[in-house]
Amino acid sequence: MKHTISVLLQNKPGVLSRVTGLFSGRGFNIESLAVNQTLDPEVSCLTLVTTGPDSIIEQITKQLHKLIDVIKVTDMREVECVEREMALIRVKAEAATRAEVLRIVDIFRGKVVDVSPKSYAIELTGDDKKIQALIDILKPIGIQEIVRTGTIAMARAKKTP
Amino acid sequence: MKITGTQAIMKCLKEQNVNVIFGFPGGAVIDLYDEIMRTEWLTHVLVRHEQAAVHAADAYARVRGEVGVALVTSGPGATNTVTGIASAYLDSIPMVVFTGQVPTALIGNDAFQEVDIVGITRPCTKHNYLVKDPKDLVPTIREAFHIARTGRPGPVLIDLPKDVMAAMITFPEEKPIRMRTYRPTYEPHPGQIEKACQAMLHAKRPVLYIGGGVIASNASDEVTELGRKLSIPVTMTLMGLGGFPGTDPLSLGMLGMHGTYYANMAVAECDLLIAVGARFDDRVTGRIDAFAPEAEIIHIDIDPASISKNVEVDIPIVADCRQAVAAMNSWFNRAKDFDRDKVAQRHEPWLEKIRGWKDKHPLGYLEETDVIKPQFVVEKLHELTHGDAIITTEVGQNQMWAAQFYQFNKPRHFMTSGGLGVMGYGFPAAIGAQMAAPDKVVIDIAGDGSIQMNIQEMATARQYHCPVKIAILNNNYLGMVRQWQELFYDKRYSNTTLDVAPDFVALARAYGAVGLRATKPSEVEPVIKEALATDNLVIMDFVISREEGVYPMVPAGKATTEMLLV
Ligand SMILES: Cc1ncc(C[n+]2csc(CCOP(=O)(O)OP(=O)(O)O)c2C)c(N)n1
Ligand SMILES: [Mg+2]
Repeated sequence: MKHTISVLLQNKPGVLSRVTGLFSGRGFNIESLAVNQTLDPEVSCLTLVTTGPDSIIEQITKQLHKLIDVIKVTDMREVECVEREMALIRVKAEAATRAEVLRIVDIFRGKVVDVSPKSYAIELTGDDKKIQALIDILKPIGIQEIVRTGTIAMARAKKTP
Repeated sequence: MKITGTQAIMKCLKEQNVNVIFGFPGGAVIDLYDEIMRTEWLTHVLVRHEQAAVHAADAYARVRGEVGVALVTSGPGATNTVTGIASAYLDSIPMVVFTGQVPTALIGNDAFQEVDIVGITRPCTKHNYLVKDPKDLVPTIREAFHIARTGRPGPVLIDLPKDVMAAMITFPEEKPIRMRTYRPTYEPHPGQIEKACQAMLHAKRPVLYIGGGVIASNASDEVTELGRKLSIPVTMTLMGLGGFPGTDPLSLGMLGMHGTYYANMAVAECDLLIAVGARFDDRVTGRIDAFAPEAEIIHIDIDPASISKNVEVDIPIVADCRQAVAAMNSWFNRAKDFDRDKVAQRHEPWLEKIRGWKDKHPLGYLEETDVIKPQFVVEKLHELTHGDAIITTEVGQNQMWAAQFYQFNKPRHFMTSGGLGVMGYGFPAAIGAQMAAPDKVVIDIAGDGSIQMNIQEMATARQYHCPVKIAILNNNYLGMVRQWQELFYDKRYSNTTLDVAPDFVALARAYGAVGLRATKPSEVEPVIKEALATDNLVIMDFVISREEGVYPMVPAGKATTEMLLV
């Protein structure tokens, strides 16, 4: 099962390789990974998406906790959260399909960020389902290149004050 | 007042009560060695290979219950420590390893004798550091010792660039260490203790299964009290030997691949398994689904990641083993419905069953009159040292015979490379143990193959007057591998005969040590007696029955009840 895990860690050199080394060394898989600073410049937030049965996810969170530089590990499956990733998709856009591509991009609330006589580059943010849906629709038209970021996630604020 | 980095390092060692370190010099640490020469309170043991420094520090730590320290130079000095560090990591031994590094300006340049030792040792240290700024030097060393000795102990490496050690710094005052990200749990949750004790109160066929965590947390007395109070039979892992008296009637000896018949049977049929500081290693469990299949499982461990890693646990207790078991003892002392005699009576059919297994297949071997049996040598060593020696081992059959036949009654008397299984561990470890306990008899129970992996340390032992006794169980084979080839490869002994071997007696003499040889059973006792009476390094070369096997044996991947017996 797919899990998004959010890890707060000390912003120190080598910390990222401690995390990735843990995953490769123990045979856990990483589907995507994103990392950047938080409000506190001494703390980074790393979001990773992994798959596995519950027992493996439990080991992953425990082993992450064991790393000395890790401050907090949250399995986002256990909290209400918003998840987003971004994709840049270069799709074939020739005379016959240019208008259709634009229409599709509009429906998905994407943006065209680069234009050439034979293609568009499209920017789309959303959860992985939305991005996958766009990819599936554009595929028959002809996708030339895709670049995707890792998923990032944030817990939703409590609705009651 | 400012001092040099090297002086600060010495002050840190003093602060941490370190007065023996093991090491080997080189260009990157030459300034530090200059400072060592000025530091009278510190004994530096000059090994002959850096791997040995780490194993020696490992055993020193185990005997003393303190942090062991090793020091080496950059590049090859650092890479030579990796095996020792990995062994200490798998065995959870508190240790700090200092490695020299090229000056910060050269890092990343493929400079002479530069390696990324922090990168190399990342997966086999509890934590590691590269100190880039001189002002971080002292706080880093303090934090390293703190991490090494607390929680689940382990090795910590500090990489020290040459210029950082040469820099002038002000020595910061010592402050209590408070880390934002690292706070091990020592105290058990009272609710979990209650649950565990209730389960123990009602169990009919309980077994205590204890590991290295019992030794590390000094929980032997508490575990012994618990076992006796509730008449619970106790089995030990290789790392847990000595955690409960091996000669106690409740002792089942070691379990697992070369465990006793009765320990493995008891675990297979128990209804409650109380794991204390043990980690359900594959050498212990055999085929995992057949391990303690009927049991409810209680697991005490300071490392939450050890719990439910290999086997689903019913009552997890994340805590220091000593504190948790002490809490159980006092729970039973308070409990109104606990009656020691009644519980003993209720367990009697279970203990009776275990006695039956013990009678049916005791730990033993076929005695012979004309050739020396290795098990007989270990039994004699036990007898002639009154079970009081510190025993280290190499790896292979020698290690298993030592574990099976030297009945350990006390903790911190058995040192072996349990998790990594390093051939060449035992002898440097014996030197470290002897440095830690100068008045003790220290014996390395060795194989003829393994001893050659760190034989150069004979010079170290001589130089520091360590009267270690090496007992080579000489089968002229890489015996443990040969045993597998015998059993599972149709006796095809590919590369396990040691066709050229040194004359160990002559070799001992070459180092100014004493060499003794026994080829007949009647010579065993006189040789051991002479060795024990000698105030020098001794090699005892016991020429043993060549194709002796270690039994019982659970073939890899089989259930622990599927043992091959003698
Ligand atoms: C450094 C290292 N290399 C290889 C092995 C694999 N191995 C395990 S036991 C063994 C044989 C050891 O031979 P010896 O020291 O003579 O001991 P014996 O089994 O004969 O008592 C070997 C090669 C190991 N454990 N460690
Ligand atoms: Mg041998």
